[in-house]
This record gives sequence, C-alpha cells and structure tokens, in this order.
Amino acid sequence: MLHLKRILLVTLLFPSLGLSQEADIQAGKALFNSNCAACHQLNRKAVGPALRGVTEKYDKEWLYSWIKNGTQMIKDGDPQAVAIWEEYNRAVMTNYPQFSNEQIDNILAYTNYTPPAPAPAVATAETVSQGSDISVNIILAVSIVIFTILIVMLFLVQRTLIKIANASGVKIEPEPKRNIRPLWKAVVENQFIMFVLVIGFLLSSAYFTYGYLMQIGIDQGYAPIQPIHYSHKIHAGANQIECKYCHSSARVSKHSGIPSLNVCMNCHEYIGEYNGEEDLENGYTKDFYTNEIKKLYNAVGWDEENQVYTGNTQPVKWIRIHNLPDFVYFNHAQHAQVAQIECQTCHGPVEEMEIMYQYSPLTMGWCIDCHRESNVDKDNEYYQKVHEELSKKYGVEQLTVAQLGGIECAKCHY
Amino acid sequence: MGKKNIYWKGFEELNKNSEIVEKLEQNEFVEKIPVGEGDKDNNPNRRDFLKYAGFSTAAAAIVGCEGPVIKSVPYVVQPDRIIPGIANYYATTIADGFDFSSILVKTREGRPIFIKGNKDANSMNCTNARINASVLSMYDIYRLQGPKVEGQNISWNDFNLSVISELERLSSQNKKVVLLTQSFASPTTEKIISEFIQKYPNVQHVIYDSISNSSALDAFENSYGQRALADYDFSLSNTIISIDADFMSDWQGGNYSSGWSKNRVPNKENEYSMSYHLQFESNMTLTGANADNRVMANPSELRYVLQSIYLNLTNQKYSGPALGPYLDRYVKLAVESIKKSGKKAVVISGLDDVDSQEIVLMINEFINSDAFDISSPRLIYQGSDSELLNTISELKSGNISGIITAGVNPGYTLPNAEEFLNLVNKLEFSLCFSMKEDETANSCKYVAATPHYLESWGDYEFKTGHYYLSQPTIKPLFDTNQFQDVILTLSGSNNNFYDEIKNNWRSNILKGKTWGKSLQDGFYYSYENNIPRRIKTSANLVNLPIQNTDELDLILYTKVGLGDGQQSSNPWLQEFPDPITRVTWDNYLTVSYKDAERLGLKNYNVSNGALNGSYVNVSNEKNSIKVPVIIQPGQTPGTVGLALGYGKTQAMSEHMNIGVNAYKFYNDFKKTQKVNISKIKGDHEFACIQLHNTMMGRDEIIKETTLEEFIEKDKSIWNPTVMVSKNHIETKVTSKEVDIWREFDRSTGHHFNLSIDLNKCNGCGACVIACHAENNVPVVGKEEVRKSRDMHWIRIDRYYSSQDTIQGDVEAKDSTKGFSEYKSTSSNLEKASANPQVVFQPVSCMHCNHAPCETVCPVAATSHGRQGQNQMAYNRCVGTRYCANNCPYKVRRFNWFQYSQNDEFDYNMNNDLGRMVINPDVNVRSRGVMEKCSLCIQMTQKTILDAKKEGRRVKDGEFKTACSESCDDNAMVFGDINDKESEILKVKDGDRTYRVLESIGTKPNVIYQVKIRNTKKI
Repeated sequence: MLHLKRILLVTLLFPSLGLSQEADIQAGKALFNSNCAACHQLNRKAVGPALRGVTEKYDKEWLYSWIKNGTQMIKDGDPQAVAIWEEYNRAVMTNYPQFSNEQIDNILAYTNYTPPAPAPAVATAETVSQGSDISVNIILAVSIVIFTILIVMLFLVQRTLIKIANASGVKIEPEPKRNIRPLWKAVVENQFIMFVLVIGFLLSSAYFTYGYLMQIGIDQGYAPIQPIHYSHKIHAGANQIECKYCHSSARVSKHSGIPSLNVCMNCHEYIGEYNGEEDLENGYTKDFYTNEIKKLYNAVGWDEENQVYTGNTQPVKWIRIHNLPDFVYFNHAQHAQVAQIECQTCHGPVEEMEIMYQYSPLTMGWCIDCHRESNVDKDNEYYQKVHEELSKKYGVEQLTVAQLGGIECAKCHY
Repeated sequence: MGKKNIYWKGFEELNKNSEIVEKLEQNEFVEKIPVGEGDKDNNPNRRDFLKYAGFSTAAAAIVGCEGPVIKSVPYVVQPDRIIPGIANYYATTIADGFDFSSILVKTREGRPIFIKGNKDANSMNCTNARINASVLSMYDIYRLQGPKVEGQNISWNDFNLSVISELERLSSQNKKVVLLTQSFASPTTEKIISEFIQKYPNVQHVIYDSISNSSALDAFENSYGQRALADYDFSLSNTIISIDADFMSDWQGGNYSSGWSKNRVPNKENEYSMSYHLQFESNMTLTGANADNRVMANPSELRYVLQSIYLNLTNQKYSGPALGPYLDRYVKLAVESIKKSGKKAVVISGLDDVDSQEIVLMINEFINSDAFDISSPRLIYQGSDSELLNTISELKSGNISGIITAGVNPGYTLPNAEEFLNLVNKLEFSLCFSMKEDETANSCKYVAATPHYLESWGDYEFKTGHYYLSQPTIKPLFDTNQFQDVILTLSGSNNNFYDEIKNNWRSNILKGKTWGKSLQDGFYYSYENNIPRRIKTSANLVNLPIQNTDELDLILYTKVGLGDGQQSSNPWLQEFPDPITRVTWDNYLTVSYKDAERLGLKNYNVSNGALNGSYVNVSNEKNSIKVPVIIQPGQTPGTVGLALGYGKTQAMSEHMNIGVNAYKFYNDFKKTQKVNISKIKGDHEFACIQLHNTMMGRDEIIKETTLEEFIEKDKSIWNPTVMVSKNHIETKVTSKEVDIWREFDRSTGHHFNLSIDLNKCNGCGACVIACHAENNVPVVGKEEVRKSRDMHWIRIDRYYSSQDTIQGDVEAKDSTKGFSEYKSTSSNLEKASANPQVVFQPVSCMHCNHAPCETVCPVAATSHGRQGQNQMAYNRCVGTRYCANNCPYKVRRFNWFQYSQNDEFDYNMNNDLGRMVINPDVNVRSRGVMEKCSLCIQMTQKTILDAKKEGRRVKDGEFKTACSESCDDNAMVFGDINDKESEILKVKDGDRTYRVLESIGTKPNVIYQVKIRNTKKI
C-alpha cells in the first residue's frame, strides 16, 4: 500500500517525468535487482563500485561494451577497463552479452533516478492519524460538558420544584428514623457469616497467592532488548530463511546455538542496507535497520568501505531469552532432528516476531503434556523393534513418548 | 559356598567389645545432624527456627520474582570443528616424568574435561587415577601465570634476552651450567637439547628421575649396552613371580595391570587359563594384595630369595644365609612353578640394587620368557643416580656456576633439598622451568612459566619403535612457553617446537604414514626386530649379611593417588582413598601388628567412627620426622612403609599442605633405608573411610572360591543360588513366590547391567577419579571425610580375609553358632592379620530393580526407569535421607553443605578456573539433596541419541559408563542385556555371576563375578 502511495505521490509531485520514463526506470530496477544487485549497490561500494552517477563517469558507448563483454576490454588493454579491474582486486565482472542497448539504458536510467524524499508522505500520514485522535478527544470533551450541564440543570429543577412546593404549602416530612443496627454490625456479630467469610477470604487469598507463586520464574513473553535489533520477522518471515540455516547446531547438538557472526556475514557481506518494508509507527525505519546492520559490521570487524575484515572484533553479548534451570537437560537435536518437530511448535510464530520473545511457558507440565500426546517416529530404525514390541503390549497403534519412558525423571534431570 | 570366610575391614572389628562396631551396625549415620553450635543461650529453639524459615521463604519468594539477566556470547567466527554441546576428542600423550601414557582427551567448547586411555595405541595406553585426575591439575589457580625474574613479572621477550646474555657470558667464561631435567623420552627434545649444548658447550645435561629407576637401568645397560628398561607383557605368562615389584601401580612406569588381568579369568577346560601370581614383598602393596600367594620378607631377605630362585633354577647351589623354612618353602614353590610353566613364566623385581636387577634379566633369559621383551625396551626413565650425585657434589664444590631445571623439583624431591636450595641461591645463574612457583622456582633467579601438558606439543618414544605425539587440547590459559620453545629461542633458532617435531618426524621417524594421520592417532609404530646382544654373561651374587639390629627397614613407596607428588595440589587425588589403607588426605607410617604391639602403637576409632592413630618419631642420622601410624596387616615385621609425594608446601593451598615429606629419607635414591622409631605423645586424626559404610557384617558380599573347586565342582557348590525361607521352606530367592514385588516387564527397550569381575579388579581406583570427572563429584575435605561425609559415587571396598593362614580357624568358623560365639571366634583371628588375603570390591549404586530407597522417599524424588536405572531427581529431593537409611549397600551420598562456590570448601569448585573442569551435561548438586551413581545416564542417553539421529540401532559396546570406560583391566563390563548379542548378557548368564546381598531380594542391576583364587597350598 505504502509503496503504491509513494509512486502516486511521485507522479503527482514530478509531473515532468513522463509515464514512459517511469516504466523504463521500473524495467531497469527489475533488471538491476536480478542481475547486478549481487555485486553492486547504488550508493556505496560492494563487490563492485557504486553505480549511482556511473553515466557521468563513463561514456555511454563504453558502458555498453563494458557490460556486454568487459573481459575482452581488459584483454585489449582499454585503459579505463584495466583501471577499474585493478581497483577491484582484479575481480572480473560477469559479462552480459544478452543485454540489448535498450535494456542497458533502462538499468542506467534506474541508477540515475533519485527517488523523492518520502518525507511529505510521512507527514500527511501523521497529520491524518493525529486528526483522528483529536476528533475522539473533542467528542469526549463535548459529551462531558453536555453531561455536566444536564446535572446542573437537574439540580436547578429540583430546587425550583421544592420552592414551588413550599410556596404552595405542601409539607415534606422527613422519613422517621428507625432504630436498626447497621448491616456491618449484624454481619460481624453473626458468627456463621463471619466464619464463611473468613474461610472464603482465606481460600481466595490462597488461590491468588498460589497463582502468583506459580508464575514466578515463568518468563512467558519475556522479550528483552537485544544489543542488536535483530528482526526474526524480516529474516524468517519476509526473507523465508530456514531456522536451521542460522541455528544449525539444533540439528546435532543440545544447543540450538546463537549463530556466530560469521554466519550473519554470509549474507550481510552483500546486504549493507535495509530496503524492505518499514514499520513507521514503531520507528523501524530503513535507516534504523541499516544502522543495526552497521552494528553487526562493527562487531564482526567488517570495513564496509574497503570490503575487508579488520580483525578488530567485539563479540555481541546477546540476552538469553529461553532459560532452563541447570537441573533440566534439554536437547534440541532430539526434538528438531529426531522427532522432526517444527521450531514454531515451541518457539511460536517466530517469523512474525519483530522482537523475539519466549512463546511457551517452558514449565515441566508443558513438557510432559507434549510427551504424553506426541507419537514417536516408528520409521526410525532405532525405535522399530521397541515400538513393535511395546505397541503390541499396550495394544496401541502408535506409541507416545511417555509410553516409551519419556516422562521418567532422569530422562531430563541428571 | 565351599568355605565360609569371615571378612573384616579393620582391627576394630576384631575387638570383642567394640562399641563403635556395634554402633555402626545399628546406625547408618554415626553422628546426629548438627543443629547449631555454641553455648546454651544461643541454641536456636523451635520459634527461632520458624522465624528463620519464614524469613528465608519470603526472601526466596521475593528474589525469585526477578529472574537474572543471562547473557550469551557466541563466537564471532566459529571454528568448523566446534559445535556447542558436542564433545571433541583429541589423542595426546602424558609424559610428566612419572606417568607415561597415550590418552584421549574429551573437550567441550574448547575445555578439556575428561581423560581416557587411547585404546588404539599399541602400547602404554592405560590410565590410572593420577592420569585421569591430571585434567584438573591444569585448572589450578596456583599455577604460574607468566615468566618472572627475581620474583618480578617480565615479558617473554625481555626474559629471553636477559637469559641469553647471561648464558653467553657464562659460555664465554667457560663456566659450567647444568641442565637438570626429567626424562623426556622425546626424540625431538633430545635433538633440541643437543643443539642447545652445541651453542653453549659449557652446558651439561643431567637427567633426574624423582623416583629412581637407576639400578634397573644400570643393570640393563650392563647387560645389553642400552640404557632402558625391559618390558613385560603379562598376558603371555601364566606364572608371575614378583619380588617386590609393585607393577600394578607404578613400577617402572606402570601400564602393566591390563596385561595381567587378561590371564586372570579361568575357563573350566584349561587350568592354565588363569595365571599364578606369587609375590614376595615387605610392604602390603596393591600388587601383593592381588597376588595368589603373598610372602612377607624384609628387604635383605628379598635379595636372597631372588638369588636363591636364580641358583635353584639354574641348578646351582645356593650358599647365602639361611632363609628359614617359611621362605624356603615359597622359593621352592616359585622354582617349581617356573619350571612347570617354562616359557610362560616371568620373574620381575623392584629391588633397587644392580646385581638383583641383573639376576632378573638373566632368569628371564634363562627361561626364555615370552613375556620378557628386550627388543623393544622402555625408554621412559633415563636418570642415573651416580651422575646426579656427582652433580650435587660438584655443586657443593663450586664447580658449577649455573643451573637450569625443567620438569623436576629437586628442591622438594632431593633428600638434602634444603642444602641444595642454599647452593642454588648462591649460583650466578639459575633458571627454573616450572608450572608453579614451587620450592625450586622460589630459589631460582629466572622462572619460566611452562604450560600444562594438555596445552603443549610433544613427541615421545616410550619404547623402541613406539612413538607418540602430544598436541595442545586448549589454548594456553596463561602466558606460558614450553621448555622446548624457550630452549629453541635461547639456541637462536627461529623455529618453534611444533615445526621441529614435524620436520623431525617427517624426515627421521615416519615411514609410510602421514604426519596428519599420526597426529590424529596420537601414535606411530614401526617394528624393528633388533634383539640386543648380551654383553655381560655372569651375575654378581649379593653377599650381605641378613641384619638383625634394632633398626627397622623403612620402605619408601609411592601411592596410587599422589605418586611422586607432582599433583599434590589436586584435590581429587588428595581425597582419593588409598586402595589398601583407605585413608585419604594423609601419608603415614605403615607398621606391622607385631611391631605396633612392641612399641605400644595404637589405631583406634573415636565415638563417631573416625580413626585416630599414634605418632612416632622416625629418625636416621640426619633427619627426624613426626609421622602418624597405621597398623597395616601384611606389613612384614621389622619393616615400616612411608609414602613419598606428600608434605609439599609451596604453590598450593593450605588444605593440601598435608602429610610429611618422605623424600628426606630417600638417601642415595634407595627406597630401603634404616631408621629408628620411637613413640611420641599425641594422636593423629585420620580421614579414613575404613570403618565407614560397613555392610553391617552380613555375608553374601564377597564370594570367592579356589581354582580347583571352580574347575572340578559344579556351580552349585561354589556359587549356589541363594535360598531364603518362606513358611519355613527353603526357597530360591529368584523364584516368584518369595518376591513381594509386582514384577515389571523389562524385556523391551534397553536394560542396563554393569558387571564387575572381582578376579580382574585390582583396586587401582582409576574408576573413582573417572567418576569424579564425569559426574562433577565434589571434594569435601579431610574434616568432612572424617565425619563419613565423603561423596564418592563409587568406592572400592577392601576386605581382609583370614583364610589360608589359619586353616584350623576355618572349621571353627564353619561350626560357629550364634552371634556371641561368632564374636569370640573372630576375636581369635588376630594372628590372621599378619598376612591376610585381600579382596577389592568396587561398590556403586546397585540400581536395584526392587530398590528399597525408592519406596521410602516421601516426595518420589528417586524412582525407577524403564532402562533399569534407579533415578535420582535432585531438584525434587527435600533431603529427608530416608533413602540413604534404607539402602542396604550404603551408596547414597548426602550434600551436607554447598560444596561449590563456598569458601568453606575452597577446592576446585570454588574458583572459576577450577570450575572449568565441570561436565556441562551433569548438574552440580546443591546443599541438602541426596546424590548417587546414575549409571552415567548422560552417557547412555547420548549413545541412544546418536543412534536415533543416524536412524540405526545401538551397537554392542557403544554403551559405556565413566567407570567401565576407565577400567583398563576390563573388570567392568557395561551394556544392554536386552541386546541378545551383547557381551554383558554373556557375562551375566555366566556361572560366576552373583549379586551382593541377594537374599534381601533387591535384584540389583550391578552384578559381580565370583573371585577365584589360584592359591597354592604348602
């Protein structure tokens, strides 16, 4: 939606840009993303040079032949070609002989195109939302005023009526005071009611105390602020990265493992800025995300400018979210690899989490409930024999983990 | 059972009216729970208790509301091989001058945490308690953290520069510098040292073994022209005659018991399938305790025994002093046995005189012993007593201007250590390579901090043609540099030691095997058949009179726990009970019962069962020290024993600063010394677990039989099924009728059993330390052990028997009726203590299928698993200790205190460095919970998970426990009895299987194999 709006705005604000030109830029962008983006960025150096303003640096004809067959040009000793080849560590650019000049023009048009500042759009969005806030407040204020006036009016009416009554000689007798004990006294003196009340009070306070105590140490929903704002929503959600790509030790080890920073750099060596969707309400702008990527570079010691590792690293102190007590042994490989349980079963909709939080209670009851319901994989050769024998013995088709001894104390406590 | 032996654990049990024995028979805990101390007014009453309890509950609840913020710091760049949570194993080698072995080191997240033998290596691949514990010695806060000059920290660069300038100055002035090192047995180190000497010709290399093997080396050199030790493979002999050689602990480098154990289990068809082991000795050693016949003789008699055997065997006439009828009989038996076995016999000796050692070589050559290996002799010790004595006299005369020490601590291990340190202080130049600021380092100007062997490179040739490599298993913890690297720098080389080893191996050692593969394996073996030629053809016979003076023979020995004392600041080893005396945290004078009576020495138990002992003054012309006494059955009258390796004072915590330094008596590096002993006032408090945890005097604990009975008679005679009485009818304990439990079907899934073979177990205790390392067992200290609060999950009970020496008593015992008669009978057994037979029995949790502990737990914290394990959930335990009370085997251990992160227990678990040894897969228990052996459930679970991940069944032999894995003698077999192909099932179904206290119907999953004795009667 936001995107469309922006394009609309762009066309409104820059009427001089023809529709055909806009189409060229769109086509150029598509070509750029599928062919060039792996090595080139618009505004900064990556594997190859930044492409913005490239048409000013080089002759258009030269660019045509460079893009189509740069290797040949280097071989032929074209001074500009050799210069750039030398500058980028003698890395040869892939040749694109399949590109027509028109397509190259489109790409170049895209590289020259500066998107307008989205500020006005943001501003309008803000004013609109502010406006709606104000209207609610006004309605509130108005209704409060109206109600106050109504109350005052009622009082005035009553006074007037009493005056009229007095004037017409009607006597209003006050109700005779009866000598009855107040209710609270009656209650206090009634032993049975007191007894029931005390019992009720004790029971309810015990209930609430128990409820309170039972949630101690259960950090469901714990979502600490991490030193680097890592968004699972962007990585696992928008980009569909498989959980175990980063948390690879979940396949073999008891730890799922917080990925080491070199794993991040598998992608982030090329992705230096964020270009996805923004969440403006929470302040997650592109700049914000890009800045978080810079934090990663800082930690891993990546010199973006020169595309080298400086060796000056600062390990990241993540805050651990899922904390099991020391006396519990949990093994990720058993669950994620052997039982093929989806990570989301315990960790929740991680692909929707902007900030990672603890989804499950991680209590023993929660573990055991699952062990009682889950079936073991009888196709795994390890289980085959015992499954055959035990299922016959218990007269069931499928054995649960519990039936195989999965709720014995020392399976998790040793 | 054929014979009923009465076993007893200590002299106290023989005491007719001992209150303590009675008390221990009635009570599991010998003392009441300590609640508050101090004067009467301060005694907390019930209301105080409630106040405190209320407050702490509230405090705990409030604290509990806010969880701590836990941080996780992943690698920046994760090494390929390291996956958090997955252990890596590296093959490396220990060679610290006393222990030599090829080992596998388990590392977790880069931290070495467990050591086991490298079973792929051809030889020298066993571990013992010290090697298993050496991983903890690396995490010692008393280690030297960087080089020092005159006590000041300095950078390595400056250090090297100033040492070089000193060496060059001394070299130009041609002043002599002595390089005093341990035996390295390392080809590349030898090369480096010779290059160093080329650069500085004024340097003389002297090798010093703290425990001397010089006489055996001299004898070998005299006989074959090579400085080495003959090697023996006891699996190839069925008659073993040992004259004072304690080969099951560390005689000539140890590693012998696995060979011995291979021939200890007979089969019914072949009488010779079980070896006969005859031991002549003075002290009661581990080897003597395991011998079929053990003969007591004093050191001078031992020489003549050996001589007499040699002369009789070669049909010569023995003309030495008369040995007396007792020894003569056994000499005759030895000679007959050797003759009968021929090549299959072997004679060894630990006597430290060259003549005796030469005779041993001649005997083995004469009988052409299969076990005797001189083509590939041991090169692990190289030291020469005479060379060392020369060096010391040169030091005294001022001929030497400088000293460099490496891997040795002469300031502690020399008999005249103080004098030596004074001499070193006066030298122009002194450099000490040391891991700690020990006695020697404190007297040296330059102290080079060296890494632990687990942080170092190294190569070794333990036996001719048997090469080993060691590699770092962790990045050096401190700013250390190993000896070889520094020597290379001092010689002006740019290479480091690693390069040198690699080049040397590639060009001189490896033939057809790559460097990478050798490093991965940790060893390289190239066999060359080069039997050395004898160069000396006759033996000198000893001609010393057998002395009969008032002086006693002091026999210095090394304990299985501390060895030569290098690792004396290792709390695991200090708390390790000696297999024979079962005393922890001490060394002591072992005295025979006869001598003790003569001198009025006593051992007695105080009211809580703890052991006290008299003090004596041990003295010779030079020294006199106060030592506590342990009265040791089997100690030869006229001799006393004292362990080396204790009494170290420098670079260790005060708790470890215990025992007396016996090296003071190690004159001329002879283990036998003449001393005078006099009783002095006062009593010593021992931390002995001897009378603790008694099995309540019930029998059915140990079952044993003789070889003849085993071969000739049916199982029902020597291992009958236990009968119990039901309605006054004798019924088999295995029958269903007498079972009060509802049986659970355990035929599906895994069902673990652990079998312990009493014939193979020699009580060495490697399993005890392995269990410590694997299961994070805490160290509790001397005072707590004295209160029987030791935490060992596996203990090795040692029982003395009275059989064999008093035949008449056996019948008397068999006809004993009633307890009072039993007591009077047993009090007559005092003479039996002179030379008893010994049995070792490792006892861990029995994992009873019908466990008495499980039924009494009020909170169901201990329960039974489908796989046969008796499970203990620490977090559920509230500490009632009912379970320990109800356990017939007394294997449950209670955490009386918080043993980790508690200044009151200032051992390895109280500092960050020491805690690095903790196994992350096992919980560290906190105060107030019961704990016990889990049958290493973390290991079985891991094996199962590995199989699941690969989608396959578990193969036999994959299931292991820490104890079974560490048992080089294969005495412990662990596995799944539901696997029809498994070894454990075969063992379990064997005739020798029995269960301890079977009549009470606990159905343990830990089973034992009946001990068979090959005792020869004369």
